[in-house]
Amino acid sequence: MFGSYAIVLFDGFAFGMLLFILSVGLSVTLGLMNFVNLAHCAFGMLGGYVTVTAMRQFGVPFLLTLPMAFIAAALVSVAFERTLFRRLYRAGELNQVLFTIGLVFVASAVAVYFFGTGQQPIQMPSFLRGSVEFLGLRFGAYRIFLIVVALIILALLVFGLERTRLGAQIRAAVDNQRVAQGLGLDVEKIFALTFAVGSGLAGLGGALAIEIVGLDPSFGFHYLVYVLIVVSVGGLGSVAGSFLGAALLGISDVAGKYFVPEVGSFLIYVVLVAILFVRPQGLFGKR
Amino acid sequence: MTDVATRTDPQRWLARQSRWSPFEIVFWLATLLPFILFPTYLPLANQIAITALFAISVDLVLGYAGIVTLGHAMFFGLGAYFVGILSKHGWGEPLTGLLMAGLFAGAVGFIVSFMIVRVQHLALLMITMGLGLLTYELANSLSWLTGGTDGLQGVDIWPIFGVFKFDLWGYNAYAYSLLALFVGFLLSRRLVNSTFGLALRGVRENVTRMPAIGSNYRAHLQLVYTLSAALAGIAGALLTQTTGTVSLEVLSFQRSADVVVMLILGGTGRLYGAIIGATIFLLVRDQVAGLNPQYWYFWIGLLLMVVVLTMPKGVLGGLSRLVGGRKP
Repeated sequence: MFGSYAIVLFDGFAFGMLLFILSVGLSVTLGLMNFVNLAHCAFGMLGGYVTVTAMRQFGVPFLLTLPMAFIAAALVSVAFERTLFRRLYRAGELNQVLFTIGLVFVASAVAVYFFGTGQQPIQMPSFLRGSVEFLGLRFGAYRIFLIVVALIILALLVFGLERTRLGAQIRAAVDNQRVAQGLGLDVEKIFALTFAVGSGLAGLGGALAIEIVGLDPSFGFHYLVYVLIVVSVGGLGSVAGSFLGAALLGISDVAGKYFVPEVGSFLIYVVLVAILFVRPQGLFGKR
Repeated sequence: MTDVATRTDPQRWLARQSRWSPFEIVFWLATLLPFILFPTYLPLANQIAITALFAISVDLVLGYAGIVTLGHAMFFGLGAYFVGILSKHGWGEPLTGLLMAGLFAGAVGFIVSFMIVRVQHLALLMITMGLGLLTYELANSLSWLTGGTDGLQGVDIWPIFGVFKFDLWGYNAYAYSLLALFVGFLLSRRLVNSTFGLALRGVRENVTRMPAIGSNYRAHLQLVYTLSAALAGIAGALLTQTTGTVSLEVLSFQRSADVVVMLILGGTGRLYGAIIGATIFLLVRDQVAGLNPQYWYFWIGLLLMVVVLTMPKGVLGGLSRLVGGRKP
């Protein structure tokens, strides 16, 4: 019995780490500009398809496709941000929601056009297949890899935000955009940069997600709900909040589906509504 | 000086707003046309009337009170299931069923409204969406009550007044739904053209200023949310009664999202926008139903993006601005 608890905890944590990579960018950009970007997971989907195409068409090794997914999603997102999204920063959340949902619809249709509606499986390199035995329990090698990647990203983000000049500027802009602007910070530029990195991380998450949850044109919608839950529960603009929120959601989702399959998916939403009712700003949100 | 006085007198302004214009009379006469011109399309016309009523209910909270909701299918579905389950257990009388479904959805809406007024922005979106998804999953797991993914079996709706049966041709169904839509529209029209409606618009425009002028905005929001939930429940009940089936789809997130899209197409904050948006949406979808649904959403997505960027007040709002700045 202990064994199945440990495995469920492990799988849930790995799933949570995937959600963390997918959602942390949205949390920071939402905290910065209050821009409700529902197309965040569409950038994740883009990263996934970049990986699939690079591996199948050009035979690029899996690990090398991950930075490609990051860069592609970052570049495309910043192009959108500079041309279209910026017009909507003052437009009210309804228009932002509608515009970005429209973008998800279009992205999903484009994905169907190029790749069809089916799942896109890829062949993992041999060292990420199979499992590692430890204390008589078998842990999936790929999930260990996923957790390591997420922890590295967490360390980089925390270091970047706490110790670098840009990080200080981002924190200042999140705390009080007006004062930051008044002190001479170029908030727009900071935001474009943050947006690119955040969407790039979503792209990376999309690529990493293929092995765990698969990739199809509905990815942008399906994982949007998870990502929004992480962001709103964790609190806007908080990396630590996203990390804990994602771990919490991942573990409770996997555990719920494993132990109480009848109410598993129902439980998440109860927790979501309850947390938001008590703390509308999320567990770690300041506003 | 007198000119300014008349313009700022709210009672007179409201009276002018609630006067019936010839356009409106023509519009409602036109809703009778499907009986004569397109008798084969009556089931579709029925769907449009029901969806339009649902869209009106969402417009009350979204367009007038400014509560952005992504989970209103919850109330639609509650009404639909309520009537279905009621009829399964021996009470299939349509009119009382409709009223009871409205009361039931309204009661749930009243409870939910305590949560809604507490939150704003992203948390509001997430709570409405979360509640919608929660209801969906709940209905899915309570399959002994709702039939789960198979849909509710054994819905038995009696004829209206014991005379008019709901048949395959949809003649009575459309007449019934149209009448319900008209009554719902009249009530909503009266509501938004009252001082209460003005207060709602005040909340929408500036939440912090309303308490400052002594308006209890939370009570206003709770009331309109409850009424809107009841109206949505009635729309859902109409769907069950006229089609004789209930599927899980009535609670789906897709339905909540689609209705917002309709409102944007038609224009928020105007009741005719809701009706016209629903009509356009369903007519176009019916016409391109043969195409791959994924491509249908490509055009909807593109349309949404273009509308948001170029016509923030919706298609109807954009048109009325083109025609010459006629105020809503």
